Amino acid sequence: MSTLSVQNVTYRYGPKTALDDVSFELEKGRFCALLGPNGAGKSTLFSLLTRLFVTKQGTISVAGHDLAREPRAALAKIGVVFQQQTLDLDMSVVQNLRYFAALQGLSGRAAQRNIDAALDRLSMRERAKEKARNLNGGHRRRMEIARALIHEPEVLLLDEATVGLDTATRQAITQHVHDLADDGLLVFWATHLVDEIQDNDDVVVLHKGRILAHDNARKIAKDGTLIDAFMHMTDTTPEPSL
Amino acid sequence: MKPYLVSLWAITLREAMRFVNQRSRFLAALVRPLVWLMVFAAGFRAALGLSIIPPYQTYITYELYIVPGLCGMIQLFNGMQSSLSLVYDREMGSMRLLLTSPLPRWWLLFSKLMAGVAVSILQVYAFLAIAAMFGITLPAMGYVYVFPTLILSGLMLGALGLLISSTIKQLENFAGVMNFVIFPMFFMSSALYPLWKMAESSPLLRDICALNPFTHAVELIRFAMYEQFNGTALIWVAISFTLFLSGSIIGYDPAFGTGRKGSGRG
Repeated sequence: MSTLSVQNVTYRYGPKTALDDVSFELEKGRFCALLGPNGAGKSTLFSLLTRLFVTKQGTISVAGHDLAREPRAALAKIGVVFQQQTLDLDMSVVQNLRYFAALQGLSGRAAQRNIDAALDRLSMRERAKEKARNLNGGHRRRMEIARALIHEPEVLLLDEATVGLDTATRQAITQHVHDLADDGLLVFWATHLVDEIQDNDDVVVLHKGRILAHDNARKIAKDGTLIDAFMHMTDTTPEPSL
Repeated sequence: MKPYLVSLWAITLREAMRFVNQRSRFLAALVRPLVWLMVFAAGFRAALGLSIIPPYQTYITYELYIVPGLCGMIQLFNGMQSSLSLVYDREMGSMRLLLTSPLPRWWLLFSKLMAGVAVSILQVYAFLAIAAMFGITLPAMGYVYVFPTLILSGLMLGALGLLISSTIKQLENFAGVMNFVIFPMFFMSSALYPLWKMAESSPLLRDICALNPFTHAVELIRFAMYEQFNGTALIWVAISFTLFLSGSIIGYDPAFGTGRKGSGRG
């Protein structure tokens, strides 16, 4: 049984098809990049995976739970980091974590244990009472990642999580989520930046709502580089940061 | 049941913290009805003659008459303010956090609603306390009896705000809603003048006022303040609440409402 299964998913905004018969399966303990240029349908797919949107065409299941039939069980297995920042800047670090834990239905010792673990993971115990507004962009992002893990999900979804961060922070965060995958989590990472992908990662290439490739990064690159293969597939030019 | 109560408490606490942090909002919520009470009512007192109508058993001053309406106004503004914060949350992304929780969406929306009601009741009692300092007082038990009616009217007006927020895509559209919802609801109600007075100038206007759910929220509050029960108003408020809440749950359901209106970026 795959940890995340997407089967024949199609989604339309009126007459425009955003996702066209998308299917793939992902296993836990892997880092899989959802690679696609802007407008490929990555955010739409993430909205469907998190049930912000629903579609009648196709099925999505998380850790064996059908998202349409058992939304609560499926959502409980997902941790999400959205492209847009979702911290309450007027609340402290620990208040943000507590609020999220409560939204997951966690309370008491279980919540406190997981919040402490999240603070340790962030090395931010001493800054726990600081307002989120005082954190820099990198810390905020790391905090959102740690927060997404409080309810111990099996799948971590990150939608262009490094947007707006400097190169060093970007690399640190990318490495951090790779480590999380090594620890047994399925990390599904939407990006349009090829340099965030390592040779051993899985890659789903999405373009104009269709999947062009789903394989190991090295295999997709063949004898060349991943960026060349990606540009050839999508007929796009590289990002300035590459 | 515990996860439900935990989330309700967390959402209420967050709303309360937000309210306390926004001191200007707290101040505005108090100043607005007080201006009506101290300035508007003082001016109108001479112009408007009030006969004895239920629940009053004697002639009352105009200041006393508009107190229930002003309590309703506080809750009306608060409902719309909560709605505004929901639209803001949606634009800023924090709404996604709420909507991707594994708890049922109707419960999360209800919790959000209850949080707004709790804040509005705090405001109402703060207003009543200040009014009392100026000598505008209610029967002692009225302060107790009004509490459940404030929960009901707060729920109804909050649910209306929720419903409106589910239909608004951008913050910019909100000012229009304020004008088209708050003002007509407030002025076309029994908040400022009794309906029989309205009928003297226009029977049609009186009928419209009688259909306005806000009128019934105000009357429910008014009767409770004088230790009386207004069954008709209760039924109106309960039906309106059910309709508004059902509409907003549908509006926030990804299969029907806001979910489908999102735009794909990546």
